[in-house]
Amino acid sequence: MIGTSLPKIDSYAKVTGAAKYADDLTLPRMAHGRILRSPHPHARILRLDIARARAHPGVLDVITAADLPRRYGIMPTTQDEYPFALDTVRYVGEPVAAVVAVDEETAEEALDLIEVVYAPLPTVSTIEEALAREDIRLHDTTKRGNIMKEVHLDFGDVDEGFAQADLVREDTFFFEGTTHAPMEEHSCVADCRPDGKITLWTSTQTPHYVHREVAKVLEIPRSRLRVIVPPVGGGFGGKCEPFAHDFAAALFALRHGRPVKFTLSREEVFYCHRGRHPVKMILKTGVKRDGAITAVHLQTFLDGGAYASYGLATVYYTGALLTVTYKIPRYKFDGMRLYTNKPACGPKRGHGSTQPRYAFECQLDKIAEQLGLDPAAYRKQLAIEPYSTTVNGLRVTSCGLVECVDKVVEASRWRERRGRMPAGTGLGIAISSYVTGAGKAIYWNDMPHSGVIVTIDRGGGVAVLCGSSDIGQGSDTMLAQIVAHELGIALLDIRVYTGDTDLTPVDLGSYSSRVTFMAGNAARAAATKLRALLFEAAAAHLGVPAERLTAADGRIHLADDPATGLAFAEAAQLAEAAHGTLSAVGSYTPPKLGGEFKGAGVGISPAYSYTACVAQVAVDPDTYDLRVEKLWVAHDCGRALNPTLVEGQIEGSAYMGFGEAVLEEQVFRKGLHKIPSLLEYKLPTIYDTPEIVALTVETHDHEGPYGAKEAGEGPLNPIIPAIANAVYDAIRARVDSTPITPDKIARALKERQRPLPAPARPHGAPTPIEVMPL
Amino acid sequence: MPKQLMTFQVNGETREVAASPTHTLLEVLREELDLTGTKHGCELGHCGACTVLVDGEPVLSCLLLAVEAQDAAITTVEGLARDNNTLHPLQLAFAERGAAQCGYCTPGFLVSGVSLLTRTTDPSRDEIKDALSGNLCRCTGYTKIIEAVELAATRMRETQQPVPSSRSRRNRP
Amino acid sequence: MMRLPKFEYRAARTVAEALEWMGEFSSAADKDPQAHAMLMAGGTDVLPNMKHRVFTPQVVVGLRGVAALRGIAYDPEHGLRLGAGVRLSELAASPIIRARYPALARAAEVISTPQLRQMGTLGGNLCLDTRCNYYNQSEFWRKARDYCLKRGSEICRVAPNGTGCYAVSSCDTAPVLIALGATARIASRAGDRILPIADLYHDDGIHPVRLHDGDVLTDLYVPSPPGDWRSTYEKYRVRGAFDFPIASVAAVARFDGAQCADVRLVLQGVATRPLPLPEVEALLRGQPWTPDLLDAAAELGYKAAHPMDNTAGTIALRRRIVRAYIRRALDALIAPSVIH
Ligand SMILES: Cc1cc2nc3c(=O)[nH]c(=O)nc-3n(C[C@H](O)[C@H](O)[C@H](O)COP(=O)(O)OP(=O)(O)OC[C@H]3O[C@@H](n4cnc5c(N)ncnc54)[C@H](O)[C@@H]3O)c2cc1C
Ligand code: SF4
Ligand code: FES
Ligand code: FES
Repeated sequence: MIGTSLPKIDSYAKVTGAAKYADDLTLPRMAHGRILRSPHPHARILRLDIARARAHPGVLDVITAADLPRRYGIMPTTQDEYPFALDTVRYVGEPVAAVVAVDEETAEEALDLIEVVYAPLPTVSTIEEALAREDIRLHDTTKRGNIMKEVHLDFGDVDEGFAQADLVREDTFFFEGTTHAPMEEHSCVADCRPDGKITLWTSTQTPHYVHREVAKVLEIPRSRLRVIVPPVGGGFGGKCEPFAHDFAAALFALRHGRPVKFTLSREEVFYCHRGRHPVKMILKTGVKRDGAITAVHLQTFLDGGAYASYGLATVYYTGALLTVTYKIPRYKFDGMRLYTNKPACGPKRGHGSTQPRYAFECQLDKIAEQLGLDPAAYRKQLAIEPYSTTVNGLRVTSCGLVECVDKVVEASRWRERRGRMPAGTGLGIAISSYVTGAGKAIYWNDMPHSGVIVTIDRGGGVAVLCGSSDIGQGSDTMLAQIVAHELGIALLDIRVYTGDTDLTPVDLGSYSSRVTFMAGNAARAAATKLRALLFEAAAAHLGVPAERLTAADGRIHLADDPATGLAFAEAAQLAEAAHGTLSAVGSYTPPKLGGEFKGAGVGISPAYSYTACVAQVAVDPDTYDLRVEKLWVAHDCGRALNPTLVEGQIEGSAYMGFGEAVLEEQVFRKGLHKIPSLLEYKLPTIYDTPEIVALTVETHDHEGPYGAKEAGEGPLNPIIPAIANAVYDAIRARVDSTPITPDKIARALKERQRPLPAPARPHGAPTPIEVMPL
Repeated sequence: MPKQLMTFQVNGETREVAASPTHTLLEVLREELDLTGTKHGCELGHCGACTVLVDGEPVLSCLLLAVEAQDAAITTVEGLARDNNTLHPLQLAFAERGAAQCGYCTPGFLVSGVSLLTRTTDPSRDEIKDALSGNLCRCTGYTKIIEAVELAATRMRETQQPVPSSRSRRNRP
Repeated sequence: MMRLPKFEYRAARTVAEALEWMGEFSSAADKDPQAHAMLMAGGTDVLPNMKHRVFTPQVVVGLRGVAALRGIAYDPEHGLRLGAGVRLSELAASPIIRARYPALARAAEVISTPQLRQMGTLGGNLCLDTRCNYYNQSEFWRKARDYCLKRGSEICRVAPNGTGCYAVSSCDTAPVLIALGATARIASRAGDRILPIADLYHDDGIHPVRLHDGDVLTDLYVPSPPGDWRSTYEKYRVRGAFDFPIASVAAVARFDGAQCADVRLVLQGVATRPLPLPEVEALLRGQPWTPDLLDAAAELGYKAAHPMDNTAGTIALRRRIVRAYIRRALDALIAPSVIH
């Protein structure tokens, strides 16, 4: 059961069209909502008149900030948002009002009848502008200008480290932001019972946080709100907080006792964003002649968009995880997140660690070249020891970094092929690490991070309840596999109920790759408790010691004599007779970790996953088109509870990293998203996506459930720098920003004044390759 | 616009509904016929999530007026399983290979894939990519999806009647 | 869910019926996006534009049911006759087109996606509206930018000081048909007329297609290529599917030994209309096909293309592609795979 590639328990519903996502739900008398959004990147609202919209036939309600005047925010200390703009709009697409009507078309028509008078304000749209224009302030809560948060951390004397170094490099990198673009557009349905109890079905990764925030803003006790997560059509970090539509739907349902649905358009999903921050990074690293690192100083500047979102955590994350892959004796980190007049950035797969990892791995390649070291061997040489502590106080347990490097080196035939690739093609390597769940909740507290209830009915059916949210990664199946394993029953005997704040114990949500580790441990704890009760009853019945029993194949029997035993259902009945109704809870609280300094709460995790990637690329000599031909990705997931699902996460991460490295451009013109559509925001198609070889490394982490860590996010992180390093190998010129476009390659080549070496001409024409002067 | 009575041949059934003449087939399938298996991710032809078969060929239901689809045979994901709940081999392969992660793109891929497998049960990798090139998936990196099509194709070949197939001919010297 | 604005739908069964219905609304002078009635074939351009509210016709006349617009016929003497309602997937799959007009099959095959090729027609492709990333946006987006000259305002957002609209001709079959010397039959209430496809287009991003409101494109005729004509279509797009051309080249040539007897080159995706390259053709005609000549030809073509910053890809990229793809197309013309 554990370690077996069983089909996901929800896959049959998904392949038949039976799975009901939020937008598939219909309730009797259901109304429909649409949201009016700001066309200005920055403006004061002088007048907001909803009278005509309200009077429009078919309109049931119009909701504005006047109805929901409470601030909210996902991080308790940086609450700077209102569901609908109060008096100022700060990005194009910011919600201003919602109309609910008998159907979507009527609601849409009525949006045009809302009269808003704006007084446009000057805007800041880049990191540089946000720093320079202290006179243009987005929020009056900032201490200075548009600096939302500044972080300065020092671990050891870096100046001394640089003084000892034989080589000190300083490079500047820019990571352009990207967005999640899950295939499902955000959607929610809310209803309210006559007694005033609201139910909100919403496509979210974090039902618990939505529960907290929506109840708070509506000023109702949390016990009067129930949040249910239907199947979610992808998240990747983009559905980790409540949105205007959640608040509006819940309020409408409460006021009218009538269900309502909001489903966003694709364009609106681009405006919701909360995606990867654009980050400018200045990275300084000192090394000895043999390559040993003496000190690292990283400065990050995050373009946060108009609101805080998870940004407080993000800015810390850009510094915290750099230390968990290599031996770094001295480390200094300065981070800064700025407000700009664009949709708010937040967490995206690899949250905050993706950008500095890209910078560091590229710089390390430059260092390796200068020192004449093989980039793969060099990474192994620097690799951190398992069961050690980093300079910034992070506890590292199992670590399969070296094995990951070995696997991709071998699979890609790195040693044989590197340096001998045809002209215009290249190989590059990079490694990375990621948390297995955050060591602290978003709001600090001493309660468990995950809870699971397991109950057994008299027929032997088992129900598993957990507050987690399956967004496609397969967490429901993980819970079922663990419980099935402990109780020795088949997956079909198990029903998993997740993401329902009325019925399921809290799990903090599907973010920071925490569910397998935390909910998995909780499920295992609950199931083993129940198993003990079953064994006790079965032992009494069979007249054997409980220690000799085992649970397998739907029976409880002697481990060494399967004939002596009884059916699982029979054992359940005996146990219920002996102990009363059968149910057990399990929960998981991470150990106390980390240093004593301010900010020590970010980056701590009960375990870290490790990944290595080798990328093979080809650059077209005429057009500078970059083709990523193949990606080899080895990932230390601790233990693969379901190998096929782990591979799927590795492949999906590799694909997503590829898109960020090469194709996706998150560009704004005068504060307006240049291309908010799936036609122009270039998600890779099946043709573009490289061949991906997913390799699993198992290190059996001693705190993870059955040794498991994570696979959902970590494998994305090395992809982008591996591609960047392969591009360098192909063209001998560096592009130190993402995405790596043909124009940037052209510019880099021009700067190096080095022509692209000529590959064999496709049609065999004996012409020399010209290099485009640009 | 007043609704008008329309008749559709959907998944082998004749269904009569009153629908707006300005609505697309996507809207009518999901909102009038309760066939919510067909998904949408853009409504502009940019994603393929809304793919259905019209007379056996994959088309985008978000860009087809329902009135124009009246005489045709429409197949949605709900119609891929044969009677008695027997899944199409491609549906089974998707489940087994983990080709449906969030599952939101899955109905569209299945429909495109089934149309390919109806044409040939021996598709090359390139043919599979061609057939699925109009469907975006954000979760899988397409790898498991391609594997699932290959698995289903293999199984379909194995269970086919032993007529001389192009494959066995090709294997001869 | 993005939805369509309100309109009345009428399904035409004959060309005459379509002409009659369109005639009822012909008061709108020229083919105008705001016209009260619009023809729709596959709808793959009309419907997204309607959802974006750049088209808001009162009546949509559907051509799907018009049998006369279907069919592919070939005879060696007269060449190819294509109904305007032929779907792109039929074009791409047709054995005769693949054999005799490979560039046309190629152009159809590299359009959008299998689903859209199954829906989109040749006629609709030729009459495709020009594209611009200030224009192919939602009503909300365009309003946030105060609209633009093509629809709703007096100012072009790409070239505010310019004189017109620079939206880009993006249909893939037009450059090939122009290079092949094809003609179109156009039905109108005044009678039918035949005109070269090249004359369908002019330098006007707002009204790119020179049809009168209500005219119906019925047939396309492509002359029979003498045995040694070779043709190719090289399209650059960012992704392998979905994407419109951001620069492409249609090339047709005939060789006399090593010498180029005749050649036609048409660029697409870089101007408001398909852009023939007569100077480049003149340079190549009668000359031996040497690498130096081809380079010079590519250079000359590069100078002729002046794309604006209004599609995917930068101006620099698109110009670079023009040069590289002209060279590629000229190379491909003598490649064995293009010889039939
Ligand atoms: C995601 C996406 C990607 C695309 N990519 C490409 C691409 O790469 N290359 C490309 O060329 N196109 C592309 N298209 C555009 C479009 O799908 C094709 O051009 C298609 O051929 C249009 O044909 P249609 O029948 O659907 O046209 P319709 O939308 O029905 O009509 C288009 C125009 O032609 C007019 N029209 C149609 N038939 C006639 C007729 N017989 N007489 C007179 N006027 C007529 C209509 O009034 C309308 O103005 C893409 C579309 C989408 C949505
Ligand atoms: S080129 Fe100018 S006028 Fe034409 S569509 Fe684009 S912005 Fe509008
Ligand atoms: S919904 Fe995206 S193509 Fe139809
Ligand atoms: S499985 Fe989620 S989009 Fe494909």
